[in-house]
Amino acid sequence: MNKTFIIFKREYLTRVKKKSFLLLTILTPLLFGALMFLPAYLATRENKEAHKVAVVDRSTIFLGNLKDSKSTVFEFIPAEKYETVKNDIKNSGYYALLEIPGNILITNKVMAYSHKQISIDVKQHIDNQLEQKLEEQKRAELVARIGVPDLEEQMNKTKTRISVETIKMTDSGTGKKGSTEIAMGVGYAAGFLIYIFVFMYGSMVMRGVLEEKQNRIVEVIISSAKPVQLMMGKILGLAAVGLTQFLIWVMLMSGIFVGAKAMFIDDNTMQQMAQSQTQSLMSVQNNQAMEMFENGDPNEFEKIVEKIEGINFPQIILSFLIYFILGYLLYSSLMAAVASAVDSEEDMNQFMLPITIPLIASIIMLMNVIKNPEGALAIWGSYIPFTSPIIMLVRLPFGVPWWELLISITVLALSAYGAIWIAAKIYRTGILMYGKKPTWKELGKWLRYRN
Amino acid sequence: MEFFKAENINKNFSGFQALTDVTISIEKGQVFGLLGPNGAGKTTLIRIINQITAPDTGRVFIEGRPLRASDIYNIGYLPEERGLYKKMKVGEQALYLARLKGLDRHTALKRLKYWFKRFEIQDWWDKKLMELSKGMQQKIQFICTILHEPKLLIFDEPFSGFDPINTQILKEEILNLREKGATIIFSTHNMSSVEEICDHIALIHKSKKILDGNIFDVKNQYKPNIFDVVYKGNFTDIPRVLGNAYEIITHNENDRVNEMTIKHLNGANNSDLLMKIAPSVEIVSFNERIPSMNEVFINVVENHA
Repeated sequence: MNKTFIIFKREYLTRVKKKSFLLLTILTPLLFGALMFLPAYLATRENKEAHKVAVVDRSTIFLGNLKDSKSTVFEFIPAEKYETVKNDIKNSGYYALLEIPGNILITNKVMAYSHKQISIDVKQHIDNQLEQKLEEQKRAELVARIGVPDLEEQMNKTKTRISVETIKMTDSGTGKKGSTEIAMGVGYAAGFLIYIFVFMYGSMVMRGVLEEKQNRIVEVIISSAKPVQLMMGKILGLAAVGLTQFLIWVMLMSGIFVGAKAMFIDDNTMQQMAQSQTQSLMSVQNNQAMEMFENGDPNEFEKIVEKIEGINFPQIILSFLIYFILGYLLYSSLMAAVASAVDSEEDMNQFMLPITIPLIASIIMLMNVIKNPEGALAIWGSYIPFTSPIIMLVRLPFGVPWWELLISITVLALSAYGAIWIAAKIYRTGILMYGKKPTWKELGKWLRYRN
Repeated sequence: MEFFKAENINKNFSGFQALTDVTISIEKGQVFGLLGPNGAGKTTLIRIINQITAPDTGRVFIEGRPLRASDIYNIGYLPEERGLYKKMKVGEQALYLARLKGLDRHTALKRLKYWFKRFEIQDWWDKKLMELSKGMQQKIQFICTILHEPKLLIFDEPFSGFDPINTQILKEEILNLREKGATIIFSTHNMSSVEEICDHIALIHKSKKILDGNIFDVKNQYKPNIFDVVYKGNFTDIPRVLGNAYEIITHNENDRVNEMTIKHLNGANNSDLLMKIAPSVEIVSFNERIPSMNEVFINVVENHA
């Protein structure tokens, strides 16, 4: 039997047979779900205790007119008590002291004193209330001066809210309902998943190689198999572990999706949950997404399902697999080469940095790409092999022409091939070198060794 | 019959000369001692034989034909720096290494059962390697080396980490393998084990082979021509009968025993000395000093600076 396959089998089976693998594979999606759901859940259960804010209103515009919110309760106090409260806010029983000066209409400025830094909720509420009241007052004055009786109502009627329904046209001319928000969410999730997979399995390769070197088993094995067979067996074996994990996840996810669709469609109470989940899922830029739900259309959940179904999942999953495999081959072979050249984890980390920089850079680029998936950064990022696995995945849900995909995949495949070729050369020399930390120059020299 | 030959091997690692024009030849069924100080080039030579690295120039033959890739199935190698997967179960691991050496699962299992029984270690099969002591791990590794019944076995410091009892067991197994027809390359710094099991040695020093030969010939070549004689009778005549060809190094007489040590200065034969002293004294014992391999090793390496 082929040696690479024997090695592949060992790498695959020893990992997949571990209980921890099964446990992690099943628990991770649940954990992720929890991680998404939890902030939304906690947000609804924020501490109900409102902060009391003492207000000294020297302008007398607001007296008794400030509305309380969940987080903030206003309490007007006479100006005489101003000094006492200000001097000892900590023990006054007030969270903050708000001083509205007499000339607020001119300065547009108020002071808020507090012992602790005022929370953003409270500050925003004060802002909103004061602005609203001032605007109302100014407008009322204006209306009175101009003398058109129902001007106020007329003005209000000019307020408009537009909802943009996005339809993606396929080449055959049929339209598909799309959702920018959902495309963003899917792109973000796919790009991030690739990042995690490449990183996770790449470092597994790295640790495996280093382990073999430190264990000194490597010499035993390469007297039976060629170094390149050992390296490729390991890299491919771990890729198979990654794919197994991914496929289990896809099955779990589609199971959950189908299950949710069957159970909750038309169920009004589920909207709340769908809303909070989608909110956190799209925490990137979720304002519009939230608005979508706020109007309380009973069929919103159905619409979401429709929109999720509007995304070309088979294409995304297939591309995910291709980009994962190629991106993983590119990175993990370089990582294997580095691990083979060093003796210890510390040395390894030093060599690792230059390799992981493009990977981390793509995550930083991700945010900009998601906002502008047709921009120059996105286009170039999806061609450059070191970033394309992540960036292209982010772009995909927005629709990418097939020829761009083809170029990107070809470039990536060729680069992965080149990386493996280089890695194999460094690896076969590196795994037998002990005792001294090589320099980059020496690694270059190993490339030219005959054997 | 010549089983193995490495001819004019040169190997240079970017400026460092690891082997210079080394030639060794091994007869079938021989235990061939590959000796030399640390860093002399032994491991490089062994790696070339194992096809882990290739020589810059020079050729390697096995059974009269050039070495080829498939010959890894004919070679079993126990490296000095050895190790196995710590977290893998012993049996699984042995099976894996056997499969890499080209054995099919069935044969590998059968032979593994045999060896585990022979070493009385059946109950280690499902243990993880890290649960075993170092000596136990070495035994597993030994089994993995010989399991595919290679024609050429290479042992690099096989006894390190073994207690005397297990060293003895292992020595017997190595000699046993030779009985069955295997040819063995044995690399070690332990000279007493060289004397016990090697037929032939080659000594490599600073990348060059500086000594090669049958173990008895080598020892004879380096004997100091010194004789220890215990005698009865009168010493007075001895210096005169020996004359210029001999030097008396020590001479001791007490109530129980008389001894002397004589060095033969120009290496004439032993009976010459006997004939010269026999008429003057009664010889109780007569012993020529033969150097141990340890002494030969030190002597050769130090005089070759």
